[in-house]
Amino acid sequence: MSEASPAKAYALHLGIIALLFVLSFVLPEYYHGLLARIMVLAVFAMGYNMLFGYVGLLSLGHAMFFGAGLYGAGLAIIQLGWGVPAAFIAGIACGAVLSLIIGLLALRTTGVAFMIVTMMFAQVFYLLILYFANWTGGDQGQVVPQPARVLDFGATALDLTNPTVRYMTALALFSFVLLVTLAIVRSRYGRVLVGIRENEERTKMLGYDTFSNKLMAVVVSGTICAASGAAYALLFGYVGSSFASVQYSILPLLWVLLGGAATTIGPLIGTVFMYYVIDVTSGYTSAYLLIVGIALILLVLFFPKGILGTIRQRWLGWLP
Amino acid sequence: MDKNKTFNLSKTGLTRRTALKGLAAGAGLAMAPGFVRYSQAQSSAPIKIGFQSHRTGIGAAYGRWYEKTTAAAVKAINAAGGINGRQVEVIIEDDGTDPGRGAEVVGKFATQHKTDIVFGTLFSHVVIGSAPAAGENKMPYFVVSEGHHVASTKLNRYVFQPGITDVKSQIQSMAPWIAANAGKKVTQIFPDFAFGYDHRDYLPPALKAQGAEVIAQIAIPPTESSFTKYFPQIPAETEVIYHVMVGPAVLTFVKELGEFYGSNRPQLFGFMDSLEAVDINSPGLEFLDGSHFWEGSPRYAQADDSAAQKAYRAAVGIDDNGAAVGDPKDVSTASHMFGCWETLYVVKKAMEDAGYKGPEDRAKLVEATEALTAFAEGPEHPQGPKTFNGKIHQCFGIQNISKVEGGKLKVVHKTKIEDGLYEAEGDYTKQAL
Repeated sequence: MSEASPAKAYALHLGIIALLFVLSFVLPEYYHGLLARIMVLAVFAMGYNMLFGYVGLLSLGHAMFFGAGLYGAGLAIIQLGWGVPAAFIAGIACGAVLSLIIGLLALRTTGVAFMIVTMMFAQVFYLLILYFANWTGGDQGQVVPQPARVLDFGATALDLTNPTVRYMTALALFSFVLLVTLAIVRSRYGRVLVGIRENEERTKMLGYDTFSNKLMAVVVSGTICAASGAAYALLFGYVGSSFASVQYSILPLLWVLLGGAATTIGPLIGTVFMYYVIDVTSGYTSAYLLIVGIALILLVLFFPKGILGTIRQRWLGWLP
Repeated sequence: MDKNKTFNLSKTGLTRRTALKGLAAGAGLAMAPGFVRYSQAQSSAPIKIGFQSHRTGIGAAYGRWYEKTTAAAVKAINAAGGINGRQVEVIIEDDGTDPGRGAEVVGKFATQHKTDIVFGTLFSHVVIGSAPAAGENKMPYFVVSEGHHVASTKLNRYVFQPGITDVKSQIQSMAPWIAANAGKKVTQIFPDFAFGYDHRDYLPPALKAQGAEVIAQIAIPPTESSFTKYFPQIPAETEVIYHVMVGPAVLTFVKELGEFYGSNRPQLFGFMDSLEAVDINSPGLEFLDGSHFWEGSPRYAQADDSAAQKAYRAAVGIDDNGAAVGDPKDVSTASHMFGCWETLYVVKKAMEDAGYKGPEDRAKLVEATEALTAFAEGPEHPQGPKTFNGKIHQCFGIQNISKVEGGKLKVVHKTKIEDGLYEAEGDYTKQAL
């Protein structure tokens, strides 16, 4: 992999952010709303990619971090009557604390065991949501009331249910996380993570504390996923246990694999691709998951490293 | 905007002659065939109903029968002249029985298909997940879910359930019959998630009001596949086991309950939700013989079926055993799907009352629906008469209690509407449109 100049890498990422900004004004109404949702979920995928792509730790429990943000923010409004900013911070804080605890416990394992342990913790989290149904709404979930989803600045207020405000808020979150991710992967810390992925023993021998570096990666990853969950609750007004189910642990894995693991933009591309394949094919047949499956097989055959990963391997070696 | 291009009538040289020319040209244009077509298009274009269907996912069996019932109702409505003289067109989108996708589908109906309403959702979590999208898009959202979520007034003003009684009312209306006929000491067995919690929370007070009591509540985790270990928790003095297990595990549940009790069992009372789309004569269900069930609308044809009920069954295509005509193994979801038929007729009535012309009249449609108070039994409401509470957007109808006899379900009692009424928990009409 050749190294891009910082200007080239940042120009590409700023260009994508600019493109998403312009799309807000040209997309038809439906796709405008859909892209807002995709950007929020792409943040989830970016958080997942931080751990899976750059550290090589395959987790099957990231739905709990998304769920921690979702419920942290949603319940702060529904049960405690907090405002939007406080609820958003609460969601992120829940994800950060949870990922720290899970990291401390799960990082005692590696490989398949790590995958199973994270999945088991996520299942515990999911069942706790059902168990405390009086508080969480259980499997039915709860609505975050529309009047509460307003960002009040005193003289002016931003209604998060307004399509434009929602799109721009999603874009702001997406842009922030994209640039933070880029900064991390280009930093010394990012290189240590890649070192751990490639050969943990050698990295350890070079004097790096791989446990604490991995723990930091779990916390960063979990916190980004929680930010996505918190934004989802606030922007789309629903908190439900299905978002903490195993399906939502597998989805970010698929999005990342599709777009390209260990690429900064791959999670967005994978999420967009998956969403549009489902949206278009479900209009023609109820067997749309079969088509999704075929599309995945074709991608694995012709783009084994995901769309962007393969492009980087074959043509654009400088892609971060 | 370029100020130089702003049209200013006072500064134009508009003479009487040019004005007359303009009027003549306008009249000519109005009489041209193309213009006539355009005008008519607004008044005769079909009314578009977005059907949020559970085609895939856990609700697929329900979704298929909801689609059949909806198609039959729309065919009948169109054959009778449509709504406000306009034909009805149904556009179906699969929500995968998933609340996230459900919200996207409602958004798709509102912004891409530009339907007049969205309709037909069953599963509670999909309804609750989709409700914010309906409210934000100011899209009237008519669900056929039976959940208490609409009547709880925790959703929003655009969500209605006018075609099927909610579960709180259903449970409440069962209590008098259970207390009087089955027994006074009741043990509940229910799945440990929201559907079960409705029964856990609403049955005890309803039974208490009838002089009976719930002596034990056994919640079974949704992941459980064997139930024998729970049965010793059933108190020996139990006179009635009230069970509402759902999903594929129900067959194992009944089989193991039969093995546990043998021939000396307490009375059994269940909700048909457990066995919707499942043949009552499936192997392992023999133990249910002689037990009783709640049914929304009877699965099996009854001796005293009204002409409207017979016509409805024929239109939807179910035989006397409640299975698809020509395919006895394709058992219907009769206890719930009638709600699609009845809801569409409520939409028709409300649109006609509102003089509904298009999406700009959605607020009028909401108000017209809220103004409805009762639906008489007949071809439009074959399940039975109903009252409608516009403040909580919920209807209340009669319920059936059926006994399993000779491999069929025979209705032995019909409740009164009053049995299921309760205090309103809020008022949607106070919310802004």
